Amino acid sequence: MSEQSIKTNDVPAAAVSASTTTQVEDPTVQGEQVRRQTAVFVYEWPLRLWHWVTVLCIIVLCVTGYFIGSPLPTMPGEAMDNYLMGYIRFAHFAAGYVFAIAFVGRVYWAFVGNHHARELFIVPIHKKKWWGELFHELRWYMFIEKTPKKYIGHNPMGQLAMFSFFVIGTIFMIVTGFALYGEGLGVGSWADRWFGWVIPLMGQSQDVHTWHHLGMWYIIVFVMTHVYVAIREDIMSRQSLISTMVGGWRMFKDDKPD
Amino acid sequence: MSQIETFYEVMRRQGITRRSFLKYCSLTAAALGLGPSFVPQIANAMENKPRTPVLWLHGLECTCCSESFIRSAHPLVKDVVLSMISLDYDDTLMAAAGHQAEAALEETMKKYKGEYILAVEGNPPLNEDGMFCIVGGKPFLDQLKHAAKDAKAIIAWGSCASWGCVQAARPNPTQAVPIHKVITDKPIIKVPGCPPIAEVMTGVITYMLTFGKLPELDRQGRPKMFYGQRIHDKCYRRPHFDAGQFVEQWDDEAARKGYCLYKVGCKGPTTYNACSTIRWNEGVSFPIQAGHGCIGCSEDGFWDKGSFYDRLSNIPQFGIEKNADEIGTAVAGGVGAAIAAHAAVSALKQASRKDTKPQDSTKKEHEDHA
Repeated sequence: MSEQSIKTNDVPAAAVSASTTTQVEDPTVQGEQVRRQTAVFVYEWPLRLWHWVTVLCIIVLCVTGYFIGSPLPTMPGEAMDNYLMGYIRFAHFAAGYVFAIAFVGRVYWAFVGNHHARELFIVPIHKKKWWGELFHELRWYMFIEKTPKKYIGHNPMGQLAMFSFFVIGTIFMIVTGFALYGEGLGVGSWADRWFGWVIPLMGQSQDVHTWHHLGMWYIIVFVMTHVYVAIREDIMSRQSLISTMVGGWRMFKDDKPD
Repeated sequence: MSQIETFYEVMRRQGITRRSFLKYCSLTAAALGLGPSFVPQIANAMENKPRTPVLWLHGLECTCCSESFIRSAHPLVKDVVLSMISLDYDDTLMAAAGHQAEAALEETMKKYKGEYILAVEGNPPLNEDGMFCIVGGKPFLDQLKHAAKDAKAIIAWGSCASWGCVQAARPNPTQAVPIHKVITDKPIIKVPGCPPIAEVMTGVITYMLTFGKLPELDRQGRPKMFYGQRIHDKCYRRPHFDAGQFVEQWDDEAARKGYCLYKVGCKGPTTYNACSTIRWNEGVSFPIQAGHGCIGCSEDGFWDKGSFYDRLSNIPQFGIEKNADEIGTAVAGGVGAAIAAHAAVSALKQASRKDTKPQDSTKKEHEDHA
């Protein structure tokens, strides 16, 4: 399964830089080990910005969304002195707008960005090699495989999870969310005209609420898994994960092929 | 015979003054959400158009729609409304019975072919060839199809005809279906509610009579003028919702103060109807005003969404009825536990890998001896 070396990968040559860093592999070993660390530029700045904006939005949306469904204890005083539900709903709608617009921007970036920007949307299920690597990754996660493979972009399992959980989940939440938002804006509003069809499709307004609510848990399950896997991969795999989404560079811990 | 009296003639014959008649026209315009400029149009239509023949069929239902209808306050009292539409067949209200009644139905259908309005209260059961509802010795399903064939338009009264309502609730033993599942080639106006508001019912008929066309309908076939907004959008308790002030229990201080009923399961935010504007019984009150949450009776399948006192719907597909939050927390908890277990195993693997890597051979020997 030895593929081309990292440097000859289809990333533009200018974006590939090999840097040598010293790293203490294990303090218990006598003598410091000097290792080469290869870095490949993967995530451009709009993509990284989008990632962290989305993180923020999801946090706001989940918290406010939950409190719209199950509101906080009653506020004391007169109604005119309070606007808690109003603020919570405003935050939810505002974050929803940002989340949706950011996602549209992300789709746009898939067209104009580098080829890694397309990984979320196009899962190469027609490639035999992809399936092989998917099962390899699965075995790695089941502790059967001793060493993981190296990947510049997503590994096949990560890519599949990103598509089925994040992309599908996000589209679902945007569509159902704006359908519900259109109910408040009223008949004939842009949200009603674009997304109002969802309501009869799912039955009635309450069904859309239920699905939107389940969608939140779908996203929460995704976030839990995503964060866990990112940390785990950062520690156990052969490349960097978390710092890559901050700085854009993928660092490889070894120079062994494949 | 073919010369049907106009609405205005009937009113005058019954001793109603022109002044009252015009008052009625402006009230009707207001009820329909139309501007004052429409008043002369309504008056003109009432004066000149012949009354519209209406056939009112009753399938599987409880007659609450009829009960509501006859209590309409404005557009005026019941006898005027009944005169206005020339109600030629309604087995609950008509004087004739048995064969005479059925003959009246056939006569109107023949005489006003393609002209009459078919109003349907209740719905047809399909199971056992429709044997669960027999009208005039035949399944209601047959009567419905027969009467619908030459109708100009069809009004689906109430949640039964519109959505199915209680007889179509799970497990729906009679296989009752809303009428649009049976009649697919005619325009159907849905006027849902259990029952619909009286003034909404008469308002829909008045609109059709006045303008000679169907009122503007939404995606689900409901007149926009009455079903364009949710109860919640025009609820007089809405300020308490926005303020975050809720009734937590039926006997608490908030309930006495008239706070929002959202947390005790009010379906106002998901129910399209005109209760919070038109209200009931000549505008006296409506459920939320009486201190009880909306149960969402004008919405599709409102019987099957779980308790009337919970905001979140039950999701029966999960065997035991659970709502979205219960399912969500269970799944998230399961995933969390799986992650924790996987993380623990990973940590062990990583630790052993670090141990073995530097001094591979010695370590192995060590383990072998042990």
